[in-house]
Amino acid sequence: MNKNILEMRNITKTFPGVKALDNVNFQVEKGEIHCLVGENGAGKSTLMKVLSGVYPHGEYSGDIVLNGEVQKFQGISDSEKAGIAIIYQELALIPELPVYENIFLGHELTKGKMIDWNETIKRAGEMLKKVKLNNVNPATKIKDLGVGKQQLVEIAKALSKDVKLLILDEPTAALNEDDSQNLLMLLRELKEQGVTSIMISHKLKEVLAIADTVTVLRDGQTICSLSAVKGEISESIIIKHMVGREIDNIFPSRDKKDFGDIVLEVRDWHAYNPELGRDILNGLDFNVRKGEIVGIAGLMGAGRTELAHSIFGNPADYKIKGDLFVMGQKKKFKNPNDAIKAGIAYVTEDRKGNGLILIDDIKQNITIANLKSLTKQGIVNSNEEIKAANHYKSSLNIKAPSVEQKVGNLSGGNQQKVSLGKWLFVSPKVLILDEPTRGIDVGAKFEIYTLMNKLVDQGMSIIMISSELPEILGMSDRIYVVSGGKIAGELLSTEATQEKIMEMATN
Amino acid sequence: MGVLNEAKRLMKKNIREYGMYIALVVIMLTFSIATDGLFMSSRNISNLINQTGYIAVLAVGMTLILIIRHIDLSVGFVAGFLGAVAAILLTKTGAPVWATIMIVLASGALIGAIIGFLVTRMGIPSFVATLAGMLVFRGALLRVTSGTGTIIIPDKSFNAIGNGFIPDIVHINGIHTLTLIIGVIAIGLYIWSELNSRRDKLKYNFEVLSTLMFAIKLLFVSAVIAYITWTLSGYNGLSWTVIVVIIVVLIYNFVTNKTVLGRHIYAVGGNPDAAKLSGINVNRITLIVFSSMSMLAALSGILFTARLQSATTTAGTLFELDAIAAAYVGGVSAAGGVGKVTGSIIGAFVMASLINGMNLMGVDISYQYIIRGAVLVAAVIFDVKTRNKRS
Repeated sequence: MNKNILEMRNITKTFPGVKALDNVNFQVEKGEIHCLVGENGAGKSTLMKVLSGVYPHGEYSGDIVLNGEVQKFQGISDSEKAGIAIIYQELALIPELPVYENIFLGHELTKGKMIDWNETIKRAGEMLKKVKLNNVNPATKIKDLGVGKQQLVEIAKALSKDVKLLILDEPTAALNEDDSQNLLMLLRELKEQGVTSIMISHKLKEVLAIADTVTVLRDGQTICSLSAVKGEISESIIIKHMVGREIDNIFPSRDKKDFGDIVLEVRDWHAYNPELGRDILNGLDFNVRKGEIVGIAGLMGAGRTELAHSIFGNPADYKIKGDLFVMGQKKKFKNPNDAIKAGIAYVTEDRKGNGLILIDDIKQNITIANLKSLTKQGIVNSNEEIKAANHYKSSLNIKAPSVEQKVGNLSGGNQQKVSLGKWLFVSPKVLILDEPTRGIDVGAKFEIYTLMNKLVDQGMSIIMISSELPEILGMSDRIYVVSGGKIAGELLSTEATQEKIMEMATN
Repeated sequence: MGVLNEAKRLMKKNIREYGMYIALVVIMLTFSIATDGLFMSSRNISNLINQTGYIAVLAVGMTLILIIRHIDLSVGFVAGFLGAVAAILLTKTGAPVWATIMIVLASGALIGAIIGFLVTRMGIPSFVATLAGMLVFRGALLRVTSGTGTIIIPDKSFNAIGNGFIPDIVHINGIHTLTLIIGVIAIGLYIWSELNSRRDKLKYNFEVLSTLMFAIKLLFVSAVIAYITWTLSGYNGLSWTVIVVIIVVLIYNFVTNKTVLGRHIYAVGGNPDAAKLSGINVNRITLIVFSSMSMLAALSGILFTARLQSATTTAGTLFELDAIAAAYVGGVSAAGGVGKVTGSIIGAFVMASLINGMNLMGVDISYQYIIRGAVLVAAVIFDVKTRNKRS
């Protein structure tokens, strides 16, 4: 009797011009939690797409062996029948439908030809209990749940299909600390009940906490498989295998120095969101000085991104009260363009959603916020444009064949660098970074941290919003903790600890 | 071998664009053979181009509308209505031709601004706002023609816009010499601008086509321009309609490719949220694009009315769908953000060539519609497939 529930043997998958998977071998034992790690573009998601039938049999070479039998999935429905359920980073729930309908979407419970709604609601309630959502009414619409609960509903949906092998693609990427812990606890409980899980994650702390086995992929190849029982797993070992070199300190050091005058300040800053019908910011005061990195910590929903938006020309049309000063002068921004003109730049947290134009190429994305600087009598000088884009491509180390490459085809880390390049091209005084390293690999993170240090050395000011506490602690000179639309506390980097921040954030 | 490889690479990179030109050539050759050369005769080509004019200018405007992820269903009856307004201005008030044209174009721009206002400020989906516009202007057209029915326009210089040809200096052996001279100037300007841009690129040390490939390209495009002008000069020469279409295309092609406004239009279409956060005023861009669309609809109305030498009660019916089809055949993406003005013009000529060729062959009108539908689907399938391959 084979103790492996899953074996993927010599899987090779090529896209035009790229070998995404090169002879990958991957074994998962029955009943374990198996973490799959690797830098962006290492092939993790592709491997899981092969497994779940997104790339049908014949589009790859090699064998998928499930419970000792070779499988030839033609599509996701085949893999689901075999007991495999995959939960993607982008949730596949329908916001306008209630929880119970979402859970049984695609495999509705029927009586004759009709949907049995009563049974559906009853069973949905049972599934919700299994994922510790006892307080959620199955009739709640998905859009009224937080992201953390939505993730759990996804898992409930998978469980309702009688899943044997649960695959989670970066399940905690969008979750706050509490929700992440919840999710990990749930995975452990499911393990007790005999569900095998494969989890893709960038958060090594979580991997260390939960994994029985860790498989590392790099450049489409299996590098190694590490076992917890044998004590082979540690953060430094995983990182070493992921990047193929050792990184002693993930946060590059910087010479602390005296900071200059206050560059940006808001006082008694209120914002009301007419769509939600409530205040989202309730009287914040904060400032950033020349050459300083100010970290903004807080839980999801605390109002951090809303704060950034409200400063950056208020594109979502909140009703704003309060005073904003740039270099000591009172300002009022009617739109993002006003903010840009005043020397403020904002790198969004959602680079695919509202940061980049994915169908356009690197150069178009880098120059779009400051095309005027490339014009003569209203005509864009396309040669100067290529030159400018090439400058950022090399200085930010954007890996692409040319600046004519479509941004949608780049990896997350390179997309983030394009985002940064776009905003450096406007030569801002204050750079607001919203989750600057979300979903990108260790190597690219280090490059971005190094760049941040260089920028503040040159006199730029940086406001960094981040959910990753180590990053906040490692990079900031001063930290504001936001909670409930207010500043819950201010800490100098020398006095800050994870515990202090969490205490303020959850207050 | 180097040139062949380079040609292959160019072909691969620009398959969508070249595919359309090839399709046009194939259609033209097929009809020439099927009609014993009648299709490619000077007279027919001249006719074909003049017939397409009023759809071509609409397709140009529609390209921008579709790029920013909107649609405009009102353009047909806006064209019909404003054409009738032009007829009334000329016949009832005795306004001079130039003033009539100015008033009609300005009215078009104003109508577009109102539609743009409804879409941006009132938040009405463009499909609904322009569907309402279609109904309103259909009614308006019936209203202004209700007393008279068809309004005949006696003004010769106005009618020349749709029917007339540019004057000739000396007519030698039935050849329109001014047309030839313009053709030669066009070739000269084309070569001059290509040389200029190549020199500029070399100055920046950027990659350029190999000298041989560059020469082939220059020669090829020049030959095409020479052939078209030669064909046209064999009949009556360049028509005023062609001149108008060329000017519109030149302006819009320049604006979309070279100016900040054009780049902002593509950015809004590519990702409106990102465009907004990049400091682009999305509402302003939307307003401008709708305004330009309705102004071109006014121009289309002028061309059509002048061509018929009268304003009719049904003028403009289904123009909008012909324009949308031309844009899609011409490579505009249904998802927005992608498309070229020149492509839509070629799309308009592909569709017009089909109609013209099938008419010459005596194909029944029922089959004509079915074939046009099939070609539209085929063009978009080709677009989708080649787009996937490139990514």
